[in-house]
Amino acid sequence: MNNRKPIDTHQLHLQINPAEILDILYQKYGYDFRQYSEAHIKRRLYNRMLMSGIKDVSQMKGRIMNDELFAADLMHELSITVTEMFRDPKFYKSLRENVIPILKTYPFIKIWHAGCSTGEEAYSMAILLKEEGLYDRSTIYATDFNQQALNHAKEGIYPNELIKEYTTNYQLAGGKESFSTYYSSNYGHVIMHQSLKNNIVWANHNLVTDSVFAEVHLILCRNVMIYFDKNLQNKVQNLFHESLVKGGILCLGTKESLRFTDLYDQYLELDKTQRIYKKKY
Amino acid sequence: MLYDAIVIGVSAGGINAMKKMFSMLPKHFAIPIIIVSHISARSDNQWIRFLNEKSNLALKEADEKEIIEPGKVYFPPANYHLLIEKDRTFSFTIDEKINFARPSIDVLFESAADAYKNKLIGIVLTGSNSDGTSGLKRIKDLGGLTIVQDPEDAEYDFMPESAISIGPDHILPLEKITDLLIKMNKQNISKP
Ligand SMILES: C[S@@+](CC[C@H](N)C(=O)[O-])C[C@H]1O[C@@H](n2cnc3c(N)ncnc32)[C@H](O)[C@@H]1O
Repeated sequence: MNNRKPIDTHQLHLQINPAEILDILYQKYGYDFRQYSEAHIKRRLYNRMLMSGIKDVSQMKGRIMNDELFAADLMHELSITVTEMFRDPKFYKSLRENVIPILKTYPFIKIWHAGCSTGEEAYSMAILLKEEGLYDRSTIYATDFNQQALNHAKEGIYPNELIKEYTTNYQLAGGKESFSTYYSSNYGHVIMHQSLKNNIVWANHNLVTDSVFAEVHLILCRNVMIYFDKNLQNKVQNLFHESLVKGGILCLGTKESLRFTDLYDQYLELDKTQRIYKKKY
Repeated sequence: MLYDAIVIGVSAGGINAMKKMFSMLPKHFAIPIIIVSHISARSDNQWIRFLNEKSNLALKEADEKEIIEPGKVYFPPANYHLLIEKDRTFSFTIDEKINFARPSIDVLFESAADAYKNKLIGIVLTGSNSDGTSGLKRIKDLGGLTIVQDPEDAEYDFMPESAISIGPDHILPLEKITDLLIKMNKQNISKP
């Protein structure tokens, strides 16, 4: 990088054709982002190029081809792992009120978090199930295609700075205990308790390329499909429909909707604003 | 058609500015408007309802994958970035905040510039940070029309001052900006 000429950002941006770069990422490594929202992908590619001092698209392609670590980082960056514990507290409140009573009718409960990222959502669920007395008969499958994120999730270690916000979320979500009973503090970090981890199964699963792996009673796939184009959304919705038992529950992010997919009439709306749906019998 | 869409970025002082602007834009104003206001980071977007009462146009929160239509004014949902795709539909992301903001004006502007090229008008209004400046530059680079509120006229001058550094096509007080938009809308209709 002894090239002193500043990068012409305008030219760089004009050059980027996401499809071309995504093809390489897929052909060479099997990471399939080809049906993700283009505007989003283009922005991330452009930022990555600026940050790595890459001055044109051919250099970017070369880097992806020849540098496996760079490609892995790029994959991580395109997958957006931003998450929170009890994100959207009203959603968790609604889960407690509208979904828990349904789960209580099953002798054992299988739950699938698709796109669990660094695990905060799965731990939130574990806490909720504990407080409702359902944890011991539940299995939580928490899956993601981002192995870095999954490894982090398994550890269940989060920075202290976030705990204040998570505690507020927990309380707003109708939490019954003191949030601090679920973790221990250690040098600027908190570690989630082992008792929450016992019934969580972490697994690498790609929603684009992998198929059904279990029949489940509840699926949460929140803020994952906002990055998908319409066709891919439909495909993944089919996967979820196949995976759910009759009467099973599907939860999407608060700004995601079944309305524009082919499966809209296969579900009833349990909570319209919180995007909680029940598969018809 | 000269212009297919207008994107606006506004921060501190935004409610008053938007109130004024929407009380002036007439009912038949056809060019779709997409606005990122930093108040969307917090509230439940209740203020959209409040603004709607003062407006001749229909204001709404954008839906995922919704097709952008004439005569409408769109806002991002609270706490999401709003992007425009090449097929002129909306998409959302929850990527990190950018300069402490989600939604970010730059994210909207940059994707809108790509989608609309020279058929886009970009406007930066009152505010006290520099969000919108690099997005406005992208709009200019891709041939769109760029407008910045005259800092003298803005409730908070920092954001317009910052945006002026890119050399926008117009620097005008809010009323004049609205007049210009109304003029553009008329020209649009006469040159379909
Ligand atoms: C923004 S996070 C959402 C995390 C959590 N569900 C929430 O709402 O807070 C999106 C997650 O989806 C995962 N993801 C994206 N595409 C995927 C795919 N094709 N298969 C599995 N996971 C995917 C990403 O790796 C990322 O961890």
